[in-house]
Amino acid sequence: MRSRQLTARDMLRGDLEGEELERYVEQKVVLTNFEKMLNWARSNSCFPLTFGLACCAIEAPISVVTARYDLARFGAEAMRASPRQADMIILSGRVSIKMAPVVRRLYDQMLEPKWAVSMGACSSSGGMFSNYAVVQGADKFMPIDLHIPGCPPRPEAVLYGFTKLQRKIQGNPDQGWRQRYNAAGTEEWARGGPRSEPSAESAEAYLAARELIGA
Amino acid sequence: MPDAPGLELIRGEIEQDHPGAILDTGFDHGAASLSIDPEHVLAVLTWLRDAPGQGYRFLSSLHAADYLPAEPRFAVHYELLNRDRVERLRVKALLADPGEDALPELDSCVELFPTAEFQEREVFDFFGIVFKGHPDLTRILLPEDYVGWPQRRDFPVGGEPVTFTYNERNYG
Repeated sequence: MRSRQLTARDMLRGDLEGEELERYVEQKVVLTNFEKMLNWARSNSCFPLTFGLACCAIEAPISVVTARYDLARFGAEAMRASPRQADMIILSGRVSIKMAPVVRRLYDQMLEPKWAVSMGACSSSGGMFSNYAVVQGADKFMPIDLHIPGCPPRPEAVLYGFTKLQRKIQGNPDQGWRQRYNAAGTEEWARGGPRSEPSAESAEAYLAARELIGA
Repeated sequence: MPDAPGLELIRGEIEQDHPGAILDTGFDHGAASLSIDPEHVLAVLTWLRDAPGQGYRFLSSLHAADYLPAEPRFAVHYELLNRDRVERLRVKALLADPGEDALPELDSCVELFPTAEFQEREVFDFFGIVFKGHPDLTRILLPEDYVGWPQRRDFPVGGEPVTFTYNERNYG
């Protein structure tokens, strides 16, 4: 331990040379590309939304973060109460037709890259609730990245599903969900539609800024 | 709760003021019930609430049922409670189905029992029974733009057929 510290100090001072330096670099440096590093970081700091729909919420956002199962081991313990800060939404339970627009709005408010996990039989397929009140599968109204079967799934199953999601994130899928699921062109806009042209003021400001930097 | 002779006494006293109001009396699973004509629902409820010696001042529940093959088809149940004597009495207003697009109608008892307001909205929401005189009769649990009355017996179960092997083999 002490000798390693001394070698590191020597390296920083520039005293390490020749074969010793080669060996040090071989031991300490991992070469990768930026995308892989970024995806590794993303997969290990995935913030779930503090959000529960029904009985599965006891298993996923509640049990899984307790000391016995401890989702923090996989870097997903930071529950976010705002969808704008969250990376992952877990649909824990049946989605009623009255709740579906709310869930969709939460998903739309999350920032890319975002991940949706459908947990349990109900949110994946409607489960036992084949009736007037429940949406028959949450992927009818939003894209789902991962389905965890069970009624309810054990917390271990949720953890396993989460590691699968990590693998998916590390595999560098397209980061925007519309690209990922081939849904470009399905954007919905508020009344009036998107502004394709910048306003006169912002166009002026843009030109002024370009002049300022001499572009 | 009133026993069978007590129920007949109540029936007789109501019949004096409102002839034809009571259609039937009965004990179902140990609970006394009065089946009444929906025209007289307010009169009967007022009498049970205010008449000396009755005092059913608490409406513990209001709900509806659809007895589809039976006629009349619908019933609105008022579960009344006398909290001094801890006696319960069920009043059933029997409603006929008026046909295709029309909805069955009944007088609202919100003036008598304010607690009925949300419960009448719920009955309207799921059974499509209209309470005349209700201050705000809109859907309470289902989405506002929902079409249909899902707790009626002739409402389709909905959802999607599940492709079990049995279903595939027999109905493919």
